[in-house]
Amino acid sequence: MINREEFLNKRYKSEKRFQFYGKSAIVLALLFLAIFLFKIFSTGYTAFQKTWITIPINYDPEFMYLDADQKPSIQDLEDSEYFDVGIESFAALDQNANEDQITDIKRMFAFIFEEEIKYHILSNPDDFGKIVEVKLTASDDLDQVFKGNYPRELPEERRRVTDYQLKIFDKLSAEGKVESNFNFSFFTNADSREAELAGIASSFMGSLFSILVCLAVSFPVALLAAIYLEEFAPKNRLTDFIEVNINNLAAVPSIVFGLLGLGVLLAVFGLPRSTPLVGGITLSLMTLPTIIIAARASLKAVPPSIREAALAMGASRMQTTLHHTVPLSLPGTLSGTIIGLAQALGETAPLILIGMVAFVNTIPGSPMDPAASLPVQIYIWAESAERGFVEKVSACIMVLLIFLVLMNLVAQMVRHKFEKKWN
Amino acid sequence: MNKIEAKNVNVFYGEKQALFDINMDIQEKQVTALIGPSGCGKSTFLRCLNRMNDVIDICKVEGEIKINDYNINQKATDVVRLREKIGMVFQKPNPFPKTLYENISYGPEIHGMAQSKDELDQIVEDSLKKAALWNEVKDRLNEPGTGLSGGQQQRLCIARAISVKPEVILMDEPCSALDPIATAQIEELIDELKKEHTIVIVTHSMSQAARVSQQTGFFHLGKLIEVGSTDMIFKNPNQQQTQDYITGRFG
Repeated sequence: MINREEFLNKRYKSEKRFQFYGKSAIVLALLFLAIFLFKIFSTGYTAFQKTWITIPINYDPEFMYLDADQKPSIQDLEDSEYFDVGIESFAALDQNANEDQITDIKRMFAFIFEEEIKYHILSNPDDFGKIVEVKLTASDDLDQVFKGNYPRELPEERRRVTDYQLKIFDKLSAEGKVESNFNFSFFTNADSREAELAGIASSFMGSLFSILVCLAVSFPVALLAAIYLEEFAPKNRLTDFIEVNINNLAAVPSIVFGLLGLGVLLAVFGLPRSTPLVGGITLSLMTLPTIIIAARASLKAVPPSIREAALAMGASRMQTTLHHTVPLSLPGTLSGTIIGLAQALGETAPLILIGMVAFVNTIPGSPMDPAASLPVQIYIWAESAERGFVEKVSACIMVLLIFLVLMNLVAQMVRHKFEKKWN
Repeated sequence: MNKIEAKNVNVFYGEKQALFDINMDIQEKQVTALIGPSGCGKSTFLRCLNRMNDVIDICKVEGEIKINDYNINQKATDVVRLREKIGMVFQKPNPFPKTLYENISYGPEIHGMAQSKDELDQIVEDSLKKAALWNEVKDRLNEPGTGLSGGQQQRLCIARAISVKPEVILMDEPCSALDPIATAQIEELIDELKKEHTIVIVTHSMSQAARVSQQTGFFHLGKLIEVGSTDMIFKNPNQQQTQDYITGRFG
């Protein structure tokens, strides 16, 4: 004889247990996400700051190889040399510095100090012959020192920053000559071998162009394929075979598509290497099955009663499809497309194979120019030894994540806004 | 006068035969009801009349179906023209998820029936009036058709069907999803429509068949057991099976 009371209690308990399992799974997933985001943000946020050191620069005509008695024209200033101006000004920071120590001081600044000194005099020609304070970009190592990311406690021979450099730096720092500002160059510069100058402009534009090419190639092809397969193709062995193969295509590892891009697009058609054009076409091979599957699913979700209604009104099959079925399926198709593109955006392997891994220090102006892409940029920087690139990797991941989140948000909005409810 | 003549119609779904040698005449400007238990083939027969079975890949229709003495069950028939002449109303109201206006104007537009916007407006108004819906919706023609109540939606579907001035209207259990008041409105409407259109209606409700139709056909297991005037079928059927079904002894 079963005790009904106990039986019921048991059921309540197992129900509660089940809910608890579900909640713990969600908590666990959120925890992983939080750890991941915390790690990325805590290492990455400093990359959005850049360290500057202000030092007196001696615009002595002698060091610029110009005539001291005559005010130089802008063109003269443009043409003259600034290396010695820099070196002499560095030497002035420590009267007793020897040759090696001056070189050490020089290495405290980004190698573009010449251009920064030149830029200042070009915008302030009146400073010719004077000693004025100029803001120079700090080297990536000192940038890290200033941000507190540098292990100063290591013995000197294991550090890239010498004790002498630290001494000079600490002195300047105590005088309030060191500051950090928002790092605009991270967004406007292309990649660079120097961490303090490296930016994501090239890879961001590369990713953007790749995605646009990918969209332009894959969306129309996928939509037409999906419409034909779902609405017109007879249901027979051949269409079953095609369907299975589209699903297979979706499961092919992306690196294989990279090889295809390399072997066909570059080798046979001779398209330009390392360009978003080739990258986009290669990625579109990947997104194609994703979009076809999403489009077919949302075409299938349109109630047959709508098709019947249109057909019974005397609409042809094409009219039924174009006037009713496709517009109704579009929200699902579009959000599937955006999710496919978001996948493509994060793809690295195929782009490495078609040469988008090359070091590109120019910003692409069109899909035909060589470019990197955000995930490949992460890969390139993650391989670099300099400490300054560590935070850059995290910052680049942040930019990529924000890009992805925005795309998914758009997908969600598209679905929400255009989804029609029927009965 | 016979509007539709079906001769030796056999329908197969793949291997399975759904209709067996149906011979049936349908009178012009009358209401013909098709009754019978579920799965007896009455809807299948109805869908033969406007070739809606073409949509189903495995469905094969044999035999002759003459409308205005022209056999529509042949390859050469243009189904677009056919469905312009033979409208259909479905079991579940299925307005397009568009505005009320667009629901009605769609048919006339794709068949090029209106020369101008005014003419199209007129067709929409006439169709809604004939479907006894005009007064309820005339102020909100730009609202979605799916926002109406079930009964209104079904009348909208009827208005949509009559917008292209079909000669025949096929109705597949048009009231099965509606409440009694909406049902009564549709039945009144059917009475009105038969002045201009030939109507064939599939129904599960025998009282409805008795109320609205002049002719009734009784289907059972894919066979047309008996066809005749509604009076005769309900009061004095020739077949024992018909008698049993009418009196509720099976079904």
